[in-house]
Amino acid sequence: MQLFDELKTLGHKHVKVNKEAQQKVPTGLWISCPKCHQSFYHKDLGVYQACPSCAYGFRITARERLEWLVDDFKEMDTDLITKDPLEFPGYMDKLTKARKITNLNDSVLTGIAKINNQECALGIMDPKFIMGSLGTITGEKITRLFEEATRKNLPLVLFTASGGARMQEGIFSLMQMAKVSQAVKRHSNAGLFYLTVLTDPTTGGVTASFAMQGDIIISEPRALVGFAGKRVIEQTIHQRVPEDLQDAETVLAEGFIDAIVSRDKQKDTIAWLLEMNKKKGGRHG
Amino acid sequence: MVSLFERKPKIPKTAAEIVKAARSQDKIVASELINGVFKNFFELHGDRLNGDDPAIISGLAQLGNKKVTVIAIDKGTSPEERIAKHFGGPTPDGYRKSLRLMKQAEKFGRPIVTLINTAGAYPGRTAEEGGQGEAIARNLLELGDISVPILAIIFGEGGSGGALALAAGDEVWMFENSMYTVLSPEGFASILWKDSTRADEAAAVMQVTPTALLSQGIIDGIIEEPTSHRKVIKQVTRVIDEELTKLMALTPRELIERRHARFRKF
Ligand SMILES: [Zn+2]
Repeated sequence: MQLFDELKTLGHKHVKVNKEAQQKVPTGLWISCPKCHQSFYHKDLGVYQACPSCAYGFRITARERLEWLVDDFKEMDTDLITKDPLEFPGYMDKLTKARKITNLNDSVLTGIAKINNQECALGIMDPKFIMGSLGTITGEKITRLFEEATRKNLPLVLFTASGGARMQEGIFSLMQMAKVSQAVKRHSNAGLFYLTVLTDPTTGGVTASFAMQGDIIISEPRALVGFAGKRVIEQTIHQRVPEDLQDAETVLAEGFIDAIVSRDKQKDTIAWLLEMNKKKGGRHG
Repeated sequence: MVSLFERKPKIPKTAAEIVKAARSQDKIVASELINGVFKNFFELHGDRLNGDDPAIISGLAQLGNKKVTVIAIDKGTSPEERIAKHFGGPTPDGYRKSLRLMKQAEKFGRPIVTLINTAGAYPGRTAEEGGQGEAIARNLLELGDISVPILAIIFGEGGSGGALALAAGDEVWMFENSMYTVLSPEGFASILWKDSTRADEAAAVMQVTPTALLSQGIIDGIIEEPTSHRKVIKQVTRVIDEELTKLMALTPRELIERRHARFRKF
């Protein structure tokens, strides 16, 4: 699989990140890529919503991703609703808005999928649901997905996208990191395969838990992958940091990501990785 | 009528007062706590991969006839020490050292006591490049089935994932003047209200105090914290000894199931 060629030529480019453009898929006729700054006609984004020049994947909703990723999908846990544990002013309104934008009950879509005839448990975090932040229901849905996969002897594929903790849920957001991690451990102990696909942005508590716990960790090109926010890092060390410090390509070079896979190749790659990592002792073992 | 000999009833501190007390310069430091509670502490250094993070003090020690592994996050005292320890912000090396010692404790069937005082994992450039996220993630994953008791005590700040990496155990106890948060009240106010000066208000909303956290089932107990460090040590010693005795009576399977249930409920 030749997945890296198109990226090699761009490795040394100095890019200025356009924060605004990163937030949403642009709607104008001409679009400038926030990563490589090439301009192109909006239709050139194509079905994958990716930069035709550097393959950076623009932020898309979980349901948009689902459209080109799976052949079949049975959604789970659509009825779980956050209890607003801190009774935080304005939080309920924020949730209502996020649900409208994403057509999800919280920041992750979960279910049982078929990808090129490979059955798997599938989770897709949604960067447009309060920045993919890790709320109680996010954690609960992912935990249930791991539990279901363990019961059904299924591998699990999880697309991560997260700005970090769901502040409005305080310490309960933090507890999700431990809860999900334990479910990952049980799934792993059952000899089952866990694949994480890091998408822009994967940060904070999600990076510091299930995003980095996969047997194999792949990432979309130019995705922001990190623990601390760039501003926090710069305030801590009183120095500027390179623009690409938290680019997936940098994190790969540091040894924390297995491979970069662009969207157009994800379906086939994921199906192949699922085939390659069957449970020991199975017919394909 | 209140008798003169009765103890003056304590007026509960506000959340903001507890935050202040948790960060106070008079707060007992990890080394004093370790040496006061345990005997024959023998420090073990290094993660066997990259380095030795001075923010994590860890090693072997005895408590009565119990053999334990102790892992503490220390903010340091002198300015030089505080800088070297990143003011109590562990690096990836620190989390990997911690996990190494937990695995070692498991091998020899020793219970683990963690003593936590951190505003959070060190958010510097080198930490980022060294895989801070991966280091914490691995700890959380492995803590899921380490088959010896893990008793966590938050004695100052329990900041975010950096604290959780040492607190995802069987029991979490907190000092009376300590806090446990998803992020600092300043950060919370700055992100949600774009105004870091509203930190006191944030502390109240976030439910950072031991009392609030106990009622939510996040923690299992509160340790009284008199001003005298000698008395503090006496309190902590009693709690560690009693709780370890209880946890050590459980089989490895019971421990892991109980730990799983403890976090599954959130
Ligand atoms: Zn581009």
